[in-house]
Amino acid sequence: MTADAGPRATRLPGVPPEPGVAKPDPILVAEGVTKTFGGLHAVQVSRLEVQRGAITALIGPNGAGKTTLFNLLTGFDRADAGRWSFEGRPLAGLPAYRTARAGMVRTFQLTKSLTLLTVLENLKLGSRQQAGERFFAALVHPLWRAREASIERLADEMLARFGLGLMRDEFAGTLSGGQRKLLELARALMVQPAMIMLDEPTAGVNPALTQSLLRHILQLRDEGMTILFVEHDMDVVMGISDWVVCMAEGRVIAEGPPASIGSNHAVIDAYLGAHHGRRGGGER
Amino acid sequence: MDILAILGDATRAAIGPEAAIYALAAIGLNMHFGYTGLLNFGQVGFMLVGAYGVAVAVTTFSAPLWAGVLIGIALAVALALLLGIPTLRLRADYLAITTIAAGEILRYTYRSNFASPVTGGVYGLTRFADPIYAINPIPAGRYGFGQLSFSERSLWIMVISWSLVALACVLMFLLIRSPWGRVVRSVREDEDAARSLGKNVFGYRLQSLVLGGVLGAVGGMLLAVYSQAVQPDAYNPAVTFYLYTLLILGGAGRILGPVVGSVIFWFVVVCADSLLRQAIGSGLIPASLISPTEVGAVRFALVGAGLMLLMIYRPQGILGDRREMMLGDR
Repeated sequence: MTADAGPRATRLPGVPPEPGVAKPDPILVAEGVTKTFGGLHAVQVSRLEVQRGAITALIGPNGAGKTTLFNLLTGFDRADAGRWSFEGRPLAGLPAYRTARAGMVRTFQLTKSLTLLTVLENLKLGSRQQAGERFFAALVHPLWRAREASIERLADEMLARFGLGLMRDEFAGTLSGGQRKLLELARALMVQPAMIMLDEPTAGVNPALTQSLLRHILQLRDEGMTILFVEHDMDVVMGISDWVVCMAEGRVIAEGPPASIGSNHAVIDAYLGAHHGRRGGGER
Repeated sequence: MDILAILGDATRAAIGPEAAIYALAAIGLNMHFGYTGLLNFGQVGFMLVGAYGVAVAVTTFSAPLWAGVLIGIALAVALALLLGIPTLRLRADYLAITTIAAGEILRYTYRSNFASPVTGGVYGLTRFADPIYAINPIPAGRYGFGQLSFSERSLWIMVISWSLVALACVLMFLLIRSPWGRVVRSVREDEDAARSLGKNVFGYRLQSLVLGGVLGAVGGMLLAVYSQAVQPDAYNPAVTFYLYTLLILGGAGRILGPVVGSVIFWFVVVCADSLLRQAIGSGLIPASLISPTEVGAVRFALVGAGLMLLMIYRPQGILGDRREMMLGDR
């Protein structure tokens, strides 16, 4: 199980592949997070740590509770119990917008581009510390003009980086599905978060754009960003992640470097059923 | 048939005080519905508290008129908070249900017997706006020509109300092009996206509800001042739907949409009314088919049919952008 972990495992050297294992430098620590819908235990995570500056993939069969866990951690849904802290700051019970301001920004499985805002406006919306977002200050242009100009410069850099420059002044609704994923990622980065949480970033994106998206994610990691993402495509998971967390029936059932996960019996059981003959490694 | 008289009547209505007052209330509704995506079906309730704020303060409590205006605005703010705080965290439908109910609750409360010592009950209150007319700088007389003429009183109210419409439009322009407006529009497009970017969606919705409600209240005050009377049944739910009609007609989510919509709405309504009456009077439509007393209802049926045609051929309204309409998924 601890065997060949591949070159990227060096980012988390010596961390044993056990569910709930402590990481050397965790940015996010969650304990005892539970959520039930009626009688269904959607999430029952006793412990999960996310390593700073690494790409952590969250995998698991449909209904494993991955997106629900995302929703709980980011304040989009209320947990029944549990504590979690981000950069040492407790976040449990905070509304979603405060979580985002704390530096933990998420994207959505179904892309949420703001259709009737232009691409540029979408990006500018992500920025923080714009006094003009307050009602009375909004009426006095000089109070926010300078900040707006600097936001626009940052937004233009971001557009160039993600290859959306040509669409700058178009409505976001005119973008293709893949471009919307890029837009959502760029917009999340405008918040200047310490960690981004991507919910199925490559779902519905064509292969060429998927490659570009993944390059962006790797580049962000190399710049020091922490990334936690939910993904179904095992090639993507194996290709870019430093650490993989597998959930099933609301629990974290396995963790480890990507190379170790494919052969993990708990993972195979979760995907293929416990009575499977344990021969195939086929995921999904 | 006297076409000139019909056009004169219609034009008078289109630029008259009611058109300005409806435009003002609809600018508030545009803030709610057009820019923030709030379904407020009780805009008339805000008009009512504004109108009664002035009337009750002046008549019942002998306060000066300016204090009545401040009280009306304060009541609108209070109503917005009362409606918004419990509902704006929920889905859009809850605000719609609550506001339409609140409008009716207010109307029934104000017209009830137990409130009549304060509100005048079903008869309402009258003659509370004399100070406004006392400072009218326009000399007495009629201004204009033929059908298209106004008394100095109407003209004075027109000056005040169209000035306020212009002021409200400038305010909306400044707000909507600002970062504040950007956040508000993002809330309209997708509240979760706005939240995920650190925006306090609830706070922005509440601000929008208060601002639009105050604009509605100011409209209600002007209506009360213009007619020198408040009567609870004038503030029935249909008023809110006329406001929606003219807002959608002009183009929701456009600064000048409610203004253009109000002018056209009043022109068309009065035109239809005048046309029908003349047609019946001249025997063109037999009185057995439509009696003069039924004209009031029939003209709105015609307006409704016109709106349906508009929805089919120009769903984005007069000032709207068809491309936006097609992109929007509302």
